[in-house]
Amino acid sequence: MKLSFSPEDELFRDQVATWLRDNLAGEFEKLKYRGGPGDEHMFPAERQVWEQKLAEGGWTCVGWPREYGGRGCSIEQQVIFFEEYARAGAPGRVGHIGEGLAGPTIIAFGTEEQKRKYLPGIVAGTQLWCQGYSEPSAGSDLANVKTRARLDEARGKWLLNGQKVWTSLAHEADFCFVLARTDPDSVAHKGLGFFLVAMDQPGIEVRPIEQITGTSEFNEVFFDDAECRADDIVGEPGDGWKVAMGLLGFERGVSTLGQQMQFQNELDEVVRFAKGNGAANDPVIRQRIARAHAELKIMRYNSLRMLSGQSASDGALQKEALIYKLFWATWHRTLGELAMDVLGPECDILEGAPYALSRLQSMYLFVRSDTIYGGTNQIQRNIIAERGLGMPREPKGTAR
Amino acid sequence: MEFAFTQEQEMIRETAAAFLAEVSDSAAVRRAMATERGYEPALWDRVCGEMYWQAIHVPEEYGGMGLGYVELVATMEQMGRFLLCSPFFATVCLAGNALRVAGSKEQQSRWLGQLCEGKLTATLAFNSGSSDWGADAITATWRREGDAYVLNGCYRYVIDGHTADLLVIAAREEDSKGEAGIGLFLLPAATAGVECRWLPTMDQARKQAAVRITEVSVGTEAVMGELGQSWEALARVIDIATIALAAEQVGGCQQLLDMTVAYTSERVQFNRTIASYQAVKHKAADMMLRTEVARSAIYYAACIAQEALEGTALSGELSEAASVAKSYCSDAYFAVAGDALQLFGGVGFTWEYDVHLYLKRAKSSEHLLGNGTYHRERLACSLLD
Repeated sequence: MKLSFSPEDELFRDQVATWLRDNLAGEFEKLKYRGGPGDEHMFPAERQVWEQKLAEGGWTCVGWPREYGGRGCSIEQQVIFFEEYARAGAPGRVGHIGEGLAGPTIIAFGTEEQKRKYLPGIVAGTQLWCQGYSEPSAGSDLANVKTRARLDEARGKWLLNGQKVWTSLAHEADFCFVLARTDPDSVAHKGLGFFLVAMDQPGIEVRPIEQITGTSEFNEVFFDDAECRADDIVGEPGDGWKVAMGLLGFERGVSTLGQQMQFQNELDEVVRFAKGNGAANDPVIRQRIARAHAELKIMRYNSLRMLSGQSASDGALQKEALIYKLFWATWHRTLGELAMDVLGPECDILEGAPYALSRLQSMYLFVRSDTIYGGTNQIQRNIIAERGLGMPREPKGTAR
Repeated sequence: MEFAFTQEQEMIRETAAAFLAEVSDSAAVRRAMATERGYEPALWDRVCGEMYWQAIHVPEEYGGMGLGYVELVATMEQMGRFLLCSPFFATVCLAGNALRVAGSKEQQSRWLGQLCEGKLTATLAFNSGSSDWGADAITATWRREGDAYVLNGCYRYVIDGHTADLLVIAAREEDSKGEAGIGLFLLPAATAGVECRWLPTMDQARKQAAVRITEVSVGTEAVMGELGQSWEALARVIDIATIALAAEQVGGCQQLLDMTVAYTSERVQFNRTIASYQAVKHKAADMMLRTEVARSAIYYAACIAQEALEGTALSGELSEAASVAKSYCSDAYFAVAGDALQLFGGVGFTWEYDVHLYLKRAKSSEHLLGNGTYHRERLACSLLD
């Protein structure tokens, strides 16, 4: 057990930091600290240009194998990359769904043809992806998806009908991976398929959802005989759940370290305000800031434990990984409350009309989603108790 | 960067767990805690003779095993899990670390040698009765008289102070304030003018004492480090010991969680095991979260403590790591103990079930060497002032 990185890795850190310093300048200067959660609607076009700039430097898909266009970085180097990326204040990645979710899924489960067709656009930062999972009646109960896919054999196409919701980046994305029911008589996790669907077609309509922040990062996506080539299903019809669950494993990767660096940036801003307005002299605020600091520090080491540890032979998550979502989401929500309490009555005053939120105000509102999406805190507790502690599973209900 | 146990460390942990499950079951703990001494000498002899834990992180040149603080923390975690009644924490984590950090070569070879042979128990006394565990907690004094030093003062919360053979004590120069004037002295407990009195405690499984020192005269051989300048060394000792104490807290959390899951999986009400109720599962999930987060904190802190003992790159992070770990683990242990008692229901309130032993330890350890509030304020000072 040791905390320090090797000299080679420290050289790599310098290389990343130097590239970012040299390139996150000029036309990209205004993107610093922008486009993160709660701010994803800002500068989408410019951020895609930035994505391509990263690709030129070989800084997209750093953890992917070289044969698929990745950089083949070790876990340590990926940690370093994501940390330095966030430390530099580089913008939220518009390509993260392709790089972190769609790509790894295609690499793990896709055909050679799918790899050839889809991976290069992700690596180059030219093609963006979104995720078609949640539906109005399939939130925490994701297996309850109702969107249907029917194979029109004459045309060699799947036809999709239904509705997805909470689809971030749908209005920018070129492709969407969609979980849909291939067997109309099936229920729950059986009879699903995993489809790669082009967004630019008449059968798809995207409607933004206006959020608590007054901005729109999420969308509803309507499928009305939307088409998908017969070859663009990942795995067999009926394998969709297995593919989707495999993908969830990719979500808990090293990018959590970068997320923490962004949390650190936010906490630093809270500390700056507290020092500026005297809140730092309030003993209760001092305790809360110190608690946030201590827990963020531990969060980093919890992630390092996750990354260093061996997975169980059945691929089950280790205990420190099982608790991670509940821990960071709750921490982040608490930071939002702390930020407003540091601001005091000023927390209510906007930067301008009609609804211009400051970064901390936007963070405070946006973090309410953290304990809901990707498995609510309540669902997380069920998972921890059932998978981590072996307690009885929740009984299946009968309501329809 | 590697943040998992090595195979050897894994083995040390498993060996400790297997040994303690055998020798420190509920009956053994209850036998030991009912005595004034607080531990069974025969068991301590086995710990020293078979496990060699008293020597775990002492350098080989002094007869130790030469392992690191990560190994010590892994072992301490298991001692906390099984509530081992022994003078380990006082002897090794308090006095032993004081000798490591502040002792001269001669002092180390004389005292660490005996300590490693299992012939000597020891402890550290510095707090005269304050909830602030910084330099202001020291009110005992020293003054120079010719070639000798005369010591006076009182200490409380001295772990195993009534049974220790050797005391490491902190005193300040008469009329000094704050971090100035602090000296560290080695004092055999049998010295005339040293009075060690057992303080009965709510947590009976760990004994505390009050020490009174009246006009005790010692020579230069008793002085550790630079007389009058020893606060910095003592602060390091306290931080390193604090990290070991936090590891004990994590072990306690784990045991409470395991006990609670086992109990709720057997207890049936309304024709269901109570473990099947979501209200119970969610509380258990929160207990596991606190336990795992606390564990991440102590493994990180153990690495830092090791660097501090070796004086390597990250030693500067010691006081932060100690405060991060102790603040989180203190609150976690007490919260987990409270939840465990609640989920055990009525039987958790009885003397017969072991939950109360952990509830009492949790509160005691929370306050020992500074509670969450104290350690967060330390962090706040470096962040905000």
